[in-house]
Amino acid sequence: MDNKVIKLLLRALAWGILALVAGVVVRLVGGVIIDSPVTFVQQMLNGLQLGFMYAMIAVGYTLVYGVVKLINFAYGDIFMVGAFVSFFGITQYGFSFVPALLLATVACIFLAVIIDRVAYKPLREAPRIAALITALGMSIFLEYFTALKFVFSPDYIAFERPFELVSWEVGGIRFTNIQLIVAGVSILYFLGVQYIVGRTKIGKAMRASAFDKPTAQLMGINVNAVIGATFALTGALAGTAAMLYATAYPQIFTFMGLQPGLKAFVAAVIGGIGSIPGAFVGSLIMGFTEAMTVGFVPYGSTLKDGVAFILLIAMLLIRPTGIFGDPFEEIK
Amino acid sequence: MKSLHRIPTWVQALIFFLVVGVVVQMAFAQGWLSEYWQQILMAGTILAVSALGLNLKYGYGGLFAIGHAAFYGIGAYASALVTKDWTTQWSGSPVGGLAGLLGIEAGFIAAAVVISLLDIGHRRRRLRERLEELVSPFEASVLTTTLTILVAGVILVVVGGGVGWLVRRAVLAVGPSLFGVLPEAIAQQVVFLVALIAGAILAALVGFVVGLPLLNLTYDYLCIATLGFGIITYVFFNNADQLIPTMKGARGMVAIPRLTTWPWVLGVFAVAIIVMRNFIYSSTGRAILAVRDDLTAADTMGINSYQYKVLAYTVGCAYAGLAGGLYAHLYAFLHPSNFTWLKSIDPFVMVVFGGVGSMTGTTMGAYVFVTLLEGLRVLPAELIDWRYVIYPLILLFVMLFRPQGIMGTSELGFLKRPKAAAEEPEKVSASEKATSESTASGSEG
Repeated sequence: MDNKVIKLLLRALAWGILALVAGVVVRLVGGVIIDSPVTFVQQMLNGLQLGFMYAMIAVGYTLVYGVVKLINFAYGDIFMVGAFVSFFGITQYGFSFVPALLLATVACIFLAVIIDRVAYKPLREAPRIAALITALGMSIFLEYFTALKFVFSPDYIAFERPFELVSWEVGGIRFTNIQLIVAGVSILYFLGVQYIVGRTKIGKAMRASAFDKPTAQLMGINVNAVIGATFALTGALAGTAAMLYATAYPQIFTFMGLQPGLKAFVAAVIGGIGSIPGAFVGSLIMGFTEAMTVGFVPYGSTLKDGVAFILLIAMLLIRPTGIFGDPFEEIK
Repeated sequence: MKSLHRIPTWVQALIFFLVVGVVVQMAFAQGWLSEYWQQILMAGTILAVSALGLNLKYGYGGLFAIGHAAFYGIGAYASALVTKDWTTQWSGSPVGGLAGLLGIEAGFIAAAVVISLLDIGHRRRRLRERLEELVSPFEASVLTTTLTILVAGVILVVVGGGVGWLVRRAVLAVGPSLFGVLPEAIAQQVVFLVALIAGAILAALVGFVVGLPLLNLTYDYLCIATLGFGIITYVFFNNADQLIPTMKGARGMVAIPRLTTWPWVLGVFAVAIIVMRNFIYSSTGRAILAVRDDLTAADTMGINSYQYKVLAYTVGCAYAGLAGGLYAHLYAFLHPSNFTWLKSIDPFVMVVFGGVGSMTGTTMGAYVFVTLLEGLRVLPAELIDWRYVIYPLILLFVMLFRPQGIMGTSELGFLKRPKAAAEEPEKVSASEKATSESTASGSEG
């Protein structure tokens, strides 16, 4: 047979297989949309809300990973502390929404910087695994320490919303003001972080430190201060995200940071760890997948954690660097 | 000639385990130890077996994998299903659970053997290279991936399914009469032994299948991927009653026969630690250490680093499964919450505290961990919650002030590196030692 014919046949086969797979996927998704369009759109909105929330946490993970090459496992617990601090602000001092948000943000900035100073800074030159184990230890410590009775509480606490929940219905689809606030704040933060990392002097220093720490130091950059600033920035993200999360899902407990923290990290890996737009996109995918699993898969609400991690493992196998590359290179 | 005067290590080990076994058994019989502390001693030894597995993965293999509790859980559930079936016959036959488990394992092993005999990975690469001459790399990878999945799937279904079905039928047919010959009490012990081994093998198989793709990743990604696997397994355990009703999912599996006794625990521990010692001081063990110390150097020396990573991971998982089987029959109750990823941190604390890459240290770490956690129960009620605050603090302090753990890599007694293998002079720095080890194993292999 002619070489050209074989070539053509092989190409046709390859694209045929791809078309088949795509067709099955489209049929499944399309079937869902045609069967219950209202539920689909509603779940998509829920997924977006979740995704925007994850995005703020994921950007924090990605920033720290980009600069210090460390998975900050304690990040989910900083988030949890933020939720509790805003809770105390609201119940004890009668704070309204914005002061409570600021209080949580400031508290988390301090906590993140302190954790960096106490736990991670002494291990800067140690093998990376030592810092990773320390981060794990820090995370467990924060969870159990804050669960003590005189610190926060071992119980589930109902979070008082600082403002009324308003919802509108358009064609059977329910919007809430919380969704709008979450999306707005999340996008604002995303743009803010992009601006800080991409356009300011400290951002330049962050990029330089991420790229090559010893050389950055030689160029007169105080790398430890830059790392401190990175942790402060992630603390701000965690505090704000925590307050919004608690407002959207009004129940707080000391292990609440575990699942969102892990999933946001997974989202960051899917998007490409170290990439800020990647963290954002990955989070939206994550939130979307989770909401769809809950909405359309049998026993979805119990399976959603598993699905999130199946997504992760699939991504790691196909493209370990995630959807986007290294951010500190891209944002010039 | 000094070594001639020494007692052979196997005699040392025998004497040690006999003395410990008899003394503790006497303490149990005489009531010197309360029922409660007996259980804690057994739990500590079981955890030591599991931690030894993690020590192989992380301490010797350098693989930062934190899904250990998942394999612990797989071993626990698998062996519990076998022994529970023996007593309650929920599947209609006393060996139903055993037949099913052995069938699955035999099928998987048969399929894996056929796949490796056919050299599919290599063939796939060659086919891909040839296809890339004709079509674009992307199209070539689509074609080869599809073909590989198809071929592997067919082998799995035909060979795996066939062998599995045959083994299952054989066990169902022969099992009852085979065990029927023995007195009831002995038969149960034999079933327990088989269940433990089968549980360990299942954990190893799952570890192997999971490890094959994941061990290509480096440690940060490996950490997250294995963590993800741990969570997937937890979700599976929670919903397992959809698949196997006796596992009871989130309600917890109850009424598992209490078969774990002190002789069993000590016996398994003794076998586990001696096998681990001989394994790690063999040329295979030295290759694993070489891969940990310097992957590039090991590769250059002709060590197939990936293969040794998979081996270390699989054997480590088998240890976790073995320990899980003992655990299930100690407490007679299994709940998914015992196998969350946070529980994977427990053996980590033991290894890190005791000594990364030290069997003595790991065992010590396990006992210290259990004693600390249970011993702190004597605290007044308002301080009880502090137990879980203290143990991450230990982890933090060890990491900050003695990252190699209490024991470092040193060993005690019969666990020491045999003199013949350690030919280099006593005072060699760690890095030089690593180089000479990798050179030694490289020239042998």
